[in-house]
Amino acid sequence: MASLLDVRDLTIAFPSATPVRNLSFSLAPAETLAIVGESGSGKSLTALALMRLLPGTARIVSGRVRLRDDELLALPEIEMRRRRGRDIAMIFQEPMTSLNPVLTIGRQVTEVLQVHRGLSKAQARREAAELLDLVRIPNPERCLDDHPHRLSGGMRQRVMIAIAAACRPKILIADEPTTALDVTIQAQVLELLDRLRRELSLSLLLITHDLGLVGQWADRVVVMYAGRKVEEAPPGILFERPLHPYTHGLLAASPRLHENLHYRSARLSEIPGNIASATTQAGCPFAPRCPNRLALCRTNVPHERDAAIGRRVACHVDLTEPSRGLPHDAAVSY
Amino acid sequence: MSSIQRIGKTFRRTIWQAIPTVIGIVVINFFLLQLAPGDAADVLAGESGSATMETVAALRSRFGLDQPILLQLAAYLDNLAHLSLGYSPRYNLPVADIIGQRLPGTVALMATALVIALAGGIALGIVMATFAGRWPDRLISIVVTLLYSIPRFWIGLMLILLFSVKLGWLPSGGAATIGANLSGFDLLIDRARYMVLPALSLSLFYIAIYSRLARAAMLEAQAQDYVRTAAAKGLSPLTITVRHVLRNALLPVTTVAGMHFGGLLGGAVVVETVYSWPGLGRLAFEAVMSRDFSVLLGILLLSSLLVIIANMTVDLVQAWLDPRIETR
Repeated sequence: MASLLDVRDLTIAFPSATPVRNLSFSLAPAETLAIVGESGSGKSLTALALMRLLPGTARIVSGRVRLRDDELLALPEIEMRRRRGRDIAMIFQEPMTSLNPVLTIGRQVTEVLQVHRGLSKAQARREAAELLDLVRIPNPERCLDDHPHRLSGGMRQRVMIAIAAACRPKILIADEPTTALDVTIQAQVLELLDRLRRELSLSLLLITHDLGLVGQWADRVVVMYAGRKVEEAPPGILFERPLHPYTHGLLAASPRLHENLHYRSARLSEIPGNIASATTQAGCPFAPRCPNRLALCRTNVPHERDAAIGRRVACHVDLTEPSRGLPHDAAVSY
Repeated sequence: MSSIQRIGKTFRRTIWQAIPTVIGIVVINFFLLQLAPGDAADVLAGESGSATMETVAALRSRFGLDQPILLQLAAYLDNLAHLSLGYSPRYNLPVADIIGQRLPGTVALMATALVIALAGGIALGIVMATFAGRWPDRLISIVVTLLYSIPRFWIGLMLILLFSVKLGWLPSGGAATIGANLSGFDLLIDRARYMVLPALSLSLFYIAIYSRLARAAMLEAQAQDYVRTAAAKGLSPLTITVRHVLRNALLPVTTVAGMHFGGLLGGAVVVETVYSWPGLGRLAFEAVMSRDFSVLLGILLLSSLLVIIANMTVDLVQAWLDPRIETR
């Protein structure tokens, strides 16, 4: 399948740091791609860079972002503005603060319809009510005249999704969409996103640190560490047989049902060290924490390579050899 | 419909709170004014230059000034209860008439000054916030600090010097061209020409305050998540600023503007004197000089009412700006 969005060698830098380096991935139509990584791995910055909404002093140093035939990074700002919200939409982590407290829900949904689709006020209002109905908000007509502070977090996130879906975008970026919500609401919101993906045939870029969500909802997973992609695979295979030692460590650090392991009965394993050690690191960013590093890892950045069909990994160690595979608790031995 | 109910509710609540406040203001002011040496009879006698003790005593008993203080207070409160502000010995007119003549001038001046201050301050604040840290911001900051620190009477005099004396564009004092029989649009233009300088010198100080305040509030609002959401919708920077940032940034400005309303009345005394503007401020000044306490009390009472009304308006404006503030 031809890719809808193609990101090549994206590098984002602040004056003092480079939080995303040479990141490449692509997104197929109607696919859900999850980008996972811990805090500080650069996943949210990547999302903002795709929208060209990087905060303050962050700059895109190099790279290409192709959406169909458009090179997004080369577009003049006014052209990019036309694509935001129409071709590529985004929802954020904090539904409590992402809506303007002084405007009605209706105003905030209709403005995007009026800007991109040129609807009249009345048309936009009708359409907005339909959108709220689409995201399963009860009593949409009344909700239009409400202000955000009257809605719960889950409802506000639904409104955010309605706004994002308003112009039938090709791509919906969801940056930690459920982190601020409680668990029962999380499932509802993700179900909603998945239903919209199917019904509106949009591609979903799901940014999260929650491996549980990934397994259930994503078609493909990109694992990021310190601004680089370390591994990419479909979630089933990734969970079954992770290749990169970081992915290994991550999975070993999560409680999983079938292993009958619970953090109440046994200690979860952890990855020694922390991600901060990667910022000034020459060579592989994971090297300081890696259980099976080579001398080469300290000096050379491993390039991404195909490990199997549909799998890519960035590691010097030939992990496909069964003998070099890591035991599950390899990472705890410090 | 709900907003009309809300206005009614706020209004009723304000009235109930206003009554004890106003009575307190009247009583305290009454006693404060008694501390000033001399009374209206002294001043009248002094001005006539040839008053005998008998004449002064007659004046005192005529205006009730020879009564014990508490009786005078009771008489004044009794007048108030009958919606009368009393009688001015100096002008030989009911106080309500005197104030009624001067009130429109002052209210017009204050309202114009407040509108100029808010519009100018918010506009400058937007420009400063948009160019925060760059030269337009720096330049306006310097100008605004100057406006803040220059005394009002001096700025009034300098404006007269520039626009009336040197350039001859605007009149230097008064409120209307005397003897000109104007009507309709011409009348409006004539009044506006007289209004420009006093309103400007009254508002420059407040422009300084509101622009700093609006700048800070805009910068804070710009950093909010909902502004990022607005940008992600593909809105233009202008739409984002006007629709999403400005409205949130107006709250602190309206709060402070409401509190300044009383101060504006005080400032009107200076400006009205400089521009010989026939308003309440100058009337109050003259009333103090001539110990015409019934006029002064009337003005103070009216000012307190104006401040109370201004605060009520601010409450309503804020509830309209931010629906989270629901009037309780």
